[in-house]
Amino acid sequence: MSEQNREPGRTYDQATYAVSDDENEPLLTEKRSDTVEPGDALPDDLTRDELTLPNPEEPELARHYTRLSQMNWSIESGPYPLGSCTMKYNPPVTEDVAADPNAAVHPDRSADSIQGTVGLLAGLQDYLGRIGGMDAVTLQPPAGAAGEFTGIAVARAYHRANGEDRSEVLIPSSAHGTNFATAALAGYDVVELPSGEDGRVDMEALEAAVSEDTAALMLTNPNTVGLFERDIEAIADVVHDAGGLLYYDGANLNALLGRARPGDMGFDIMHYNVHKTFATPHGGGGPGAGPVGVTEELEPYLPNPRVAETGSGYELVESEDAIERVHGFQGNWLVLVKAYAYIARLGDSGLADASAKSVLNANYLAGQVDLAVPYGPFHHEFAATAGDAAAADVAKRMLDFGVHPPTTNWPEMVPEAMLTEPTEIESKQSLDDLAAAFDAALGSTAEERHDAPSRTTARRIDQTNAARDPRLSWQALDGE
Amino acid sequence: MSFDVPDDRNYLASHEWATTDEPIRIGISDFAQDELGDVVFVELPDEGDTIAHDEPFGVVESIKAVSDLHAPISGEVVTVNEALHDQPELVNEAPYGDGWLLEVEPSDESEFEELMDADEYEDQIA
Repeated sequence: MSEQNREPGRTYDQATYAVSDDENEPLLTEKRSDTVEPGDALPDDLTRDELTLPNPEEPELARHYTRLSQMNWSIESGPYPLGSCTMKYNPPVTEDVAADPNAAVHPDRSADSIQGTVGLLAGLQDYLGRIGGMDAVTLQPPAGAAGEFTGIAVARAYHRANGEDRSEVLIPSSAHGTNFATAALAGYDVVELPSGEDGRVDMEALEAAVSEDTAALMLTNPNTVGLFERDIEAIADVVHDAGGLLYYDGANLNALLGRARPGDMGFDIMHYNVHKTFATPHGGGGPGAGPVGVTEELEPYLPNPRVAETGSGYELVESEDAIERVHGFQGNWLVLVKAYAYIARLGDSGLADASAKSVLNANYLAGQVDLAVPYGPFHHEFAATAGDAAAADVAKRMLDFGVHPPTTNWPEMVPEAMLTEPTEIESKQSLDDLAAAFDAALGSTAEERHDAPSRTTARRIDQTNAARDPRLSWQALDGE
Repeated sequence: MSFDVPDDRNYLASHEWATTDEPIRIGISDFAQDELGDVVFVELPDEGDTIAHDEPFGVVESIKAVSDLHAPISGEVVTVNEALHDQPELVNEAPYGDGWLLEVEPSDESEFEELMDADEYEDQIA
């Protein structure tokens, strides 16, 4: 051990291998004073004196990262009912499939030399098309938000090819924030639609907003308070009659799996959040995937290349009218392999079972929690209101009872909202535990809630300063 | 909880105020800043832009929500409170003082008639 860890007065509790609950794990360079010297192995112009490279033994390294993972919260630690995020357990079998050397091939290899992998991608395009009721699918976009952007860019290319330069995208006020960002980034003016009193799209407001300038309406169904847009066919007619397209935000697809399809409801374009619906890991900045499906009419505008089955096997095919590439090669294909493995393992009946249980779980949990839910009947998620309590404080207090809290203060149509989505993965027992954590947090005093969390590694994060004065680079560490 | 509602200015239903004495200043009420929570960003028009009565002219973002700002009166923006760029917390700390948003040259003085006085606004938020 280094001198640093032998400071006089340091108690057993403070030793690095018996860290008390509230002590942060030090950086590797703080744990050991000896460092790696590049020495003569590297030329002088390639080395930097200001970098300290720690020199831990392998077990120390393993303990360091294990400790960090213990300080974190994950779906493998306990319930994670973060509304509209569909936090599902990621079955390791999908990791096994992605780690298979036959899947993990170099993306620059020619298609004829990796027919198995390319065929798997063709299979995933087919699965997704069938699940969403779409005629064609691109797997290229590297994230859900990138999928949204791709979808709206396809809509723009379609309108332009028809000699139309439409300028507006309609979005309900309750929509996911990415929808507004997507439309703006794609160069459209955003027209926000107010929600009706029942929490759904207000048909009168829609009819008033639709015009020959409407490029698309972006909608998620069930919507962000879990309500099914039961007027969806009438909504589709209004938008289509004006020459606009209907875009489906796939964030809430989990509620529909195997039971209803956006394509059948009249949607022309959709993206799939494979990290939500199909249990690939939530990104955290890592590689992701957000495939996009479209109707036959829009297929020529999907980015090149796509996979197609021809007489002689699977090939990469291109379209002259395609929009520009949105990512290299076929997107992040090992993520896509995991999504394929998940879908193949569940099959038609498994997927339909997942959506049914996700709706059942949300409804059971809402019934067990002592909170009002202003909008219903809801499907896979519910927006409860914390009433007189501050939703954020209730959420922080829930952390003390060993669960991750729901999404708070959103959607804004519900005051002090707690948007809760347990997904199908929770058993009745764990839903009861989750309900008990809700009730314990609500039963705490206002002061206990205000001071929460008290049992986590990090206490209250200073959200205000994080937003007012964000430090977005590792270099901020040096400035302290 | 009671909120500060000074009577030297008039109010819009969406919680913005305008002073009645020159220079005409615009801001948000104590009630509004409390509802929003800690303000982290304020997006305002440029000097020389025009704003219109009861129409959105900017955006205020807090840790809880993003809300449109509506103009109590129409007119031309004469001065923007640049201090809010670095210190958005002024909106919370002094919504009627250093947390003001804009100074405007009104184009239609009659619009003041359509605003609420302090008593009427106090009734609205009670």
